[in-house]
Amino acid sequence: MPKITFKDLSGNSKTIEIENGLSVMEGAIQNDISGIDADCGGGMACATCHVYVEEKWFDNLPKAEDAEVDMIDMAHEPKKNSRLSCQLIITDELNGLVVATPEKQS
Amino acid sequence: MKKTDTIIIGAGPVGLFAVHQLGIKGLKSIVIDNLDKAGGQCIELYPDKPIYDIPAVPECTGEELTKKLLEQIKPFQTEFYLNERVEEVRQDKDNWIVKTNNNNEFLAPNIIIAGGVGSFEPRKLAVKEAEKFEDKYLFYAVKDKEKLKNKSIAIFGGGDSALDWALELSKFSNINLIHRRDEFRGAPHTLSEIKKLEKEEKISIKTPCQLESIEGDKKIKTITIKFENGNTEKIKTDIVLSFFGLIMKLGPIAEWGLNMSKKTIEVNTENFETNKKGIFAAGDICNYPGKLKLILSGFHEVALASVECFKRARPNEKYRFEFTTSSKTIQGRLGKK
Repeated sequence: MPKITFKDLSGNSKTIEIENGLSVMEGAIQNDISGIDADCGGGMACATCHVYVEEKWFDNLPKAEDAEVDMIDMAHEPKKNSRLSCQLIITDELNGLVVATPEKQS
Repeated sequence: MKKTDTIIIGAGPVGLFAVHQLGIKGLKSIVIDNLDKAGGQCIELYPDKPIYDIPAVPECTGEELTKKLLEQIKPFQTEFYLNERVEEVRQDKDNWIVKTNNNNEFLAPNIIIAGGVGSFEPRKLAVKEAEKFEDKYLFYAVKDKEKLKNKSIAIFGGGDSALDWALELSKFSNINLIHRRDEFRGAPHTLSEIKKLEKEEKISIKTPCQLESIEGDKKIKTITIKFENGNTEKIKTDIVLSFFGLIMKLGPIAEWGLNMSKKTIEVNTENFETNKKGIFAAGDICNYPGKLKLILSGFHEVALASVECFKRARPNEKYRFEFTTSSKTIQGRLGKK
């Protein structure tokens, strides 16, 4: 299964395995990753599963659709490499993906 | 203090259908919601987006669903307390007393919490000075635009609210519209108006940048914004308006002594009662093995909860299951002959 690493601001990191087809957000929730709230449950309606994607991965991800970019406007401290983790669907190509969780989600 | 059979917290689809399920059993209810209208997430997050999984309704928007539900519960003439948030829940023998931030008090044997993910509140600016100026010189909604005349106003956001207020207030104030990226999202007409006003130098647009700090002692004097390339700019500002949408906050619900897990309330699946007798939870806010956050699940949950509500509100009567199709009593309650 693809391995995904979550880092937080204090430098802690945790690597988990997520099944293909699930979203990075779902994997995080199932594995109790702190820093991912996902209030709306994956509906692109809350921006509380916001992550910063490591630069080298960011350009290789499928582009965010308009609704996701609009929602990222609402996130806490969005950056150029911001994504909503509910929209990142796991495939073998994402094995090794590293994302950082923001200071807070709302 | 107002007495009723059931206090419903949350006027989303599940709260509205709870009124129906209680109503056909002859129970009165009142509904409290922090938003200014019924509909909950359906109205606030996706009024125009289609929903495809309401049984027998192949497609409808959040707004249409809300309208239909309101129509369905019209016969029960339920009182709605909108723009009010429940602050306190306390026990009084076999009843519960609910107090809102508007100092309204209600007494009932039953409470149904259909609060979604909590109450909607504006998403606040993260800079530390923001709190000090809030409601005086920094606002998350415009209540009185008279106070915003002949000022230097910084508006943050890239969506409809930010654009509409930039247009409106530019008639009599100096506007800086600030957004984290170059693209704005709004009605085509609004966007072209904004472009026009920018050319006429009535609105100045600053992108891509974000708020770095707010300066000032008692009043706001200036704000500092930081561009993507690292440059900063100080802008003379009297008023800051921020439109970053709404977030959902669980709020005081967490302090009512209910068994919670991950911001949701644990219930049993027989009657959707919580660990407190007479307090029920339904819809997105409740949690049980296999829970799905679907509107249709919420409808089922309140149907079952309403049976237990009946038993608690009418302890001397026997609950009798009836179909709406054949029950003269129910049809009478619905105003049908």
